[in-house]
Amino acid sequence: MHLLRWLGMAAVALAMGGYAHAATVKIGVVLPYSGANADLGHQIDKAFDLYVKLHANDIAPHKVEIIKRDEGPPTGAQAKTVTTELITNDKVQVVTGFVFSPSAIALAPVITQAKVPMIIANAGTAWITNLSPYIVRLSFSMWHPAYPMGAYAYDKIGCKTVAMAYTDFPPGKDSTEAFRTGYEKAGGKIVDSIPMGSPVQVPDFTPFFQKIKDEHPDCMYVFIPSGAHAAGVMKAYGELGMRKAGIKLIGPMDLIPDNKLQDMGEAAIGTIVMGHYARDLDNPQNKAFVAEWHKAYGPDSYPDFMSAAGWDTMHAIFDTIKKLNGDLSDGAKVVDALKGWSTNGPRGHVMIDPATRDIVQDEHAMEVYRQPDGKLGERVLGTVKAVKDECKVLKVGRCAS
Amino acid sequence: MDASETQAVLSARSAARARAADYLARRHRFRWPECLPWLLAIAAFFLLPDRMTFGAQVLIMVMFALSLDLILGYAGIVTLGHAAFFGVGAYTVGLLIARLGYTEPISSLCAAAMVAALIGFGTGWFLLRYRGLTLLMLTLATAIMLQETGNLRSDISGGYDGLPGLTIAPLFGIFQYDLYGHVNYLYVLGVLGLIFFFVRRIVYSPFGQALTGIRENVRRMHAIGSPVHRRLVTVYTIAAAIAGVAGALFTQTNAYVTLAVFDFDVSAKVMVMLILGGTGRLYGAFAGAVVYMVLEDYFSKMSPTFWQFGIGLLLVLTVLFAPRGILGLIEGASGRAARRAGP
Repeated sequence: MHLLRWLGMAAVALAMGGYAHAATVKIGVVLPYSGANADLGHQIDKAFDLYVKLHANDIAPHKVEIIKRDEGPPTGAQAKTVTTELITNDKVQVVTGFVFSPSAIALAPVITQAKVPMIIANAGTAWITNLSPYIVRLSFSMWHPAYPMGAYAYDKIGCKTVAMAYTDFPPGKDSTEAFRTGYEKAGGKIVDSIPMGSPVQVPDFTPFFQKIKDEHPDCMYVFIPSGAHAAGVMKAYGELGMRKAGIKLIGPMDLIPDNKLQDMGEAAIGTIVMGHYARDLDNPQNKAFVAEWHKAYGPDSYPDFMSAAGWDTMHAIFDTIKKLNGDLSDGAKVVDALKGWSTNGPRGHVMIDPATRDIVQDEHAMEVYRQPDGKLGERVLGTVKAVKDECKVLKVGRCAS
Repeated sequence: MDASETQAVLSARSAARARAADYLARRHRFRWPECLPWLLAIAAFFLLPDRMTFGAQVLIMVMFALSLDLILGYAGIVTLGHAAFFGVGAYTVGLLIARLGYTEPISSLCAAAMVAALIGFGTGWFLLRYRGLTLLMLTLATAIMLQETGNLRSDISGGYDGLPGLTIAPLFGIFQYDLYGHVNYLYVLGVLGLIFFFVRRIVYSPFGQALTGIRENVRRMHAIGSPVHRRLVTVYTIAAAIAGVAGALFTQTNAYVTLAVFDFDVSAKVMVMLILGGTGRLYGAFAGAVVYMVLEDYFSKMSPTFWQFGIGLLLVLTVLFAPRGILGLIEGASGRAARRAGP
């Protein structure tokens, strides 16, 4: 009897020891789940869920518990409140997500004080990563596509003069600033730079584009928020007959969102964009990623660059859990583990720059063309390898501090 | 007119004056249920120590709604641009810290109140000649113009990316702000208490009665010689100052401000809160802001995707069954109970 009880206690002790070893890592996910921007949140949320579903066993015996909260509008206030509570109440060890730059900017002092790493899956203002040593970015900065596009446009596309047009909010200003820096360095000449109103509503682009048409540059560089704006740009560009007038349309990948491409029609053909992801991107990881996506969410749902970044973000978190054996209690160690992390993901080879904690990735120049089956597709014209955030390399403006 | 007639007129006048003074004093008298919101706010501090970041946000919205109540509820000024003053206050504090390195919290609050009052006076003097839809459009335009000015000079304002990392000096040089927001909460509660005391004085003063008169029948107020425009501008300026203080607290508690503080959403949300709570009732601002924000928080935790449906449903129900807001509902219920208890 005594022996039995002793054995029982030993078994319990063993089980408890085993339990303590198998950690449950709490991850706070903050994305816009409601309102006008819910679409953006869902593109990342689906990628997170898909990764967790397919790779839950990779981190055994450890588990993850994901707590989702609504990021709200791009003011920073709601994101700050909910994330602070994720840290103070729910005791999450990592916070991730963050579509809007103001959310990440508002939270920088909080995560510095709390020593909880923030792993950004979208927010693209270049200088965010300078705000706290606990910020790691897996997505991009506005400079990633725009800066290399400068040299590429001058050397390869043959744009000797460019007019820029942009939506008048921080990403628009950052993108055109980055393009101008790269382009003027290569020897090009910017003839005009036109702000086109706030991102809230889609304007009629005709007057802005007519002005550009009158100025006869070789190319026009357009930045608009991805989505409904992009369709409006193509409509005005086509109706004004600008391609026939010899003005090529170039820009970052936001110009041709994957889920809007088919509706854009003839006007879009020949548009050249710089970007780190397209769902046609030819690498085995992307093929598998897109296939799994369709299997999980149906044939009409497509991943985009945000989903690709979301996938890599969760991948990085899982690798960190493995590397630290489930113990993510020390934020500084988590960030150290992520420095220099690299993988082959849907975007191709990506790496975290140990110096800036920002992503290093390939940028592809992609042209819209008509596929043999009649649909529009994107083909890669050229690739700029291992692009860093040049804003921080060159110490431009707020990136300097 | 002989002496006795003059005497009669004078005594009638003084009797009327005494009646009016008595009426005001009676309304101004302290009532015990008024303790309730404050006791709840203090209880929240002890019972929910983990929720103080959120709590401070709620109190700030209460203050903002209170300022709107002063002009919408009491003076009947319909505005869709109240965020203008919230934003001006928020940016006064933000710019003081980011551009001038001035971090003392209390004097920054006063500066925010003054700047917001100045803008309120300037725009109010011009706008309050108009009423109805015209006024609605003009107030909306004011907020948009301020926002666009900020966007134009984003080298100063930081644009929509905002002014980050606004650290504030310790309160009274002693209390440091903390991650859990305890100091923030008490600080905001203290300021709200002062402002509320001030607003309560105003609405139960003869000036407050004149505002109600303007709301109910502006022609009659003109006819009895009340300086309508001057009173409207005065109350608009006061409300602007209070909204400015709320905005300043918003910046101080968030340590961050972006141009989004001028958004139409902000103006609309505060109006919805006030209508939900009940306009022209002082405590409507409390009930509305607290109920709205707590439900928003609760629903959005329950379902981060569909929570807006819950809020929408609540608003529809309010408009259908409680057009005078939550406080109107309570007043109605207590009135019925009193009648039933009476003879």
